Amino acid sequence: MNVSAWFGRNKVLERVNLAMPERTVTALIGPSGCGKSTFLRILNRMHESVASAALSGEVRLNGEDIYAPAQRITETRKRIGMVFQKPNPFPAMSIEDNVAAGLRLTGTRVSRSDKADLVERSLTRAGLWNEVKDRLAQPGSALSGGQQQRLCIARSLAVDPEILLMDEPCSALDPTSTRRIEQTIAEIASDVTIVIVTHNMQQAQRVSEHCAFFLAEQRTPGSIVEAGLTKDLFGSPKDKRTADYVNGRFG
Amino acid sequence: MRPAMSLLLESRPESVDQPRQIDPGLTTEDRIFRSSVSAVGVFVLVLTGSIGVFLGYQLIPTLGHYGFRFFTETRWLPEQDKVGIAAVVVGTIVVAIIALTVAFPLALLTALFISEYAPGQKVKATLVAVVDLMAAVPSIIYGLWGAALLQPQVQPLSRWLSQNLGWIPFFKVSSTNPDAAAWEPTKYVGSAFIAGIVVAMMVIPLACSVMRGVFALAPLGEREAAYALGSTRWGMIRTVVLPFGRGGIIGGTMLGMGRALGETIAVLLIISPDTVIKLSILTTGTDTISALIAGRFGEATSHQLTALLAAGFVLFLITLAVNTVAAIFIGRSRSGAALEI
Repeated sequence: MNVSAWFGRNKVLERVNLAMPERTVTALIGPSGCGKSTFLRILNRMHESVASAALSGEVRLNGEDIYAPAQRITETRKRIGMVFQKPNPFPAMSIEDNVAAGLRLTGTRVSRSDKADLVERSLTRAGLWNEVKDRLAQPGSALSGGQQQRLCIARSLAVDPEILLMDEPCSALDPTSTRRIEQTIAEIASDVTIVIVTHNMQQAQRVSEHCAFFLAEQRTPGSIVEAGLTKDLFGSPKDKRTADYVNGRFG
Repeated sequence: MRPAMSLLLESRPESVDQPRQIDPGLTTEDRIFRSSVSAVGVFVLVLTGSIGVFLGYQLIPTLGHYGFRFFTETRWLPEQDKVGIAAVVVGTIVVAIIALTVAFPLALLTALFISEYAPGQKVKATLVAVVDLMAAVPSIIYGLWGAALLQPQVQPLSRWLSQNLGWIPFFKVSSTNPDAAAWEPTKYVGSAFIAGIVVAMMVIPLACSVMRGVFALAPLGEREAAYALGSTRWGMIRTVVLPFGRGGIIGGTMLGMGRALGETIAVLLIISPDTVIKLSILTTGTDTISALIAGRFGEATSHQLTALLAAGFVLFLITLAVNTVAAIFIGRSRSGAALEI
C-alpha cells in the first residue's frame, strides 16, 4: 500500500500499491532493475537489513501493518518466508537439520518424533522426500542445484508460513529442475500464498493467477504499470508498455 | 572494412592422434626471473632450516655431557652438574595454556562483537585499531605492567581462588594457609597464573584479528537464509558464522599459542624462577624455556651454553609443531581456504 523505497538518497520504488490475494500465486514481472526484488524484500522486512535502506507506506498482512513498532521482525519473518535466487542450504548441517533449522533458529522446541514428522512432511510438500529419504544425514550441500532449492523450499515450509516469497527461484537452475519446482509451487499453492518474482514470462503464465508488471523508466523509480489476472495481463493488456513487454519487444 | 575471418579446425589425415607439443618453452627473461625468485625462496628455507640445524646440533655435546637425564631432570643447577629441561618444558606449556584459557574467550567475543554487533563503521574501525594496537605494544611494557600494576591486583584473586576452588589441584596452594587472617601475599607473587594473564594480553590481538577475518567472510546468502526463517541475530551467528569460522577460530587460537610459547621478556619480568614441575599455578615460582635462556645466558659456561641452546631447540620444535597444526586446520576449513594468513 503506497510503498516507496530508497537506498540512501536513491529512490527505487514509487508508491507501489498491490493486493495479493491469499492462497493464490501472484507473479511480479518486469525487466531487470525495476525494483521487483526490492519490493519482495520489503514484504518480509529484509529490505531494512541493508544499512542505507528506507521505505514509506504500509504492508498489511490480514489487516495489520507488519512495520508497526509493536510487531516483532522475527515473528513476521516466520509468517512470511522467503526462497532466494541462489539456493543456500546450510552446508554445516545435514539435510534433516537443514529442514528443521527454522525451528532451531526461532527457538521452538519439538520432540524428536515431532521433528522427524515435520521433516518428512516438509520434504514431501517440497517434492524432495522420495529422493532424500534414505540419506537424511548427508550434508545439505551434497545435493544438486534443483534439489538444494527444493530443500530451501522445504526449510521455509517447515515453519508453516502463511506466505512464501520467491525471488527468481529457478533462474539458477536447468529446465528440468525448473519444471519440478513449478510443480511444487502448484502443489503448495493451496495452503500457502505465493508471491514469485520472475524474469521468465512463460513461467509467470504457467504458475500464476495474478500478475503485476513493474517498470522503471530511465532514472525514475520503479512502479507498477499494470496488475490483474494473469490471463488478462498477457491476453489483453491495457497499457502499451505491458503489451510491449509481454510480447518480448523489450526486457 | 576488415576481411571476414573464419576459424578453421583442421585435422591432417596423415598425423597420428597424439597430443601435440604446445608449450613453446621459456624465454631467457622468464628463465632469469624464475631462477632468481626460486633462489630467494630456497634461501629463506635454508636460513630457517639452518637455525634448526644449528640448535639441534647443540644436542650432541649436551647429551654427551649430561646424558639423557637432560630430558627428565627438573632442576637447573650447573654448579652441581644437574641440568635438565623437564620442568621448563612443563612450565612453558602451563603458562601457554593459562594464556590461552584467558585469551580465547576474550578474543572470540571481541571478534564477534567487532564483526557482527558493532554499531556503525566508525565504532568498528576504532575497535579494530585499538585491538591491533595491543599487538604493537612491546612485550617488555606488558612485563612491566604485569609486574608493577597487575600483580598486586591479582594476588587477592589468587587467594580467593585457592580458598574457594582449592579442591581443584591447580588452585591448591600448599605453602600457605589462605584462610589465615594475615595471609601472605608474597606466596602468590611471580606465579604461572600471573605470567599467563600477561601473555594472554599479547595473544588476544593475534587471535582476534584472525577470527575477525574469517567471520567477515561468512557468506551473505546463508546469513539471509537464516534471517528469512525468522532467526534472531544470535541464532544466525550460531548457525552460519560460527560453523563457517571454525577453522579460523581454532587456527587463530593455535597461532596465538605459538606466540605464547615463545614469549620471553614479559614472563621473565614476572616470574620467580623456580625449576620444579608443579601443578599449582597460583603459587610463586615457575620457569619457561625462553625465560630460562634469557635469565641464564649472561653467566653461562660453555657447557651451560650448549644446554641452553639445546633447550632452545626443543622450544623451536614445539613451536614448529603447533604452527604447522594451526596452518593445517586453517587451510582445510571452508573459511581458511579463502583467508590469507
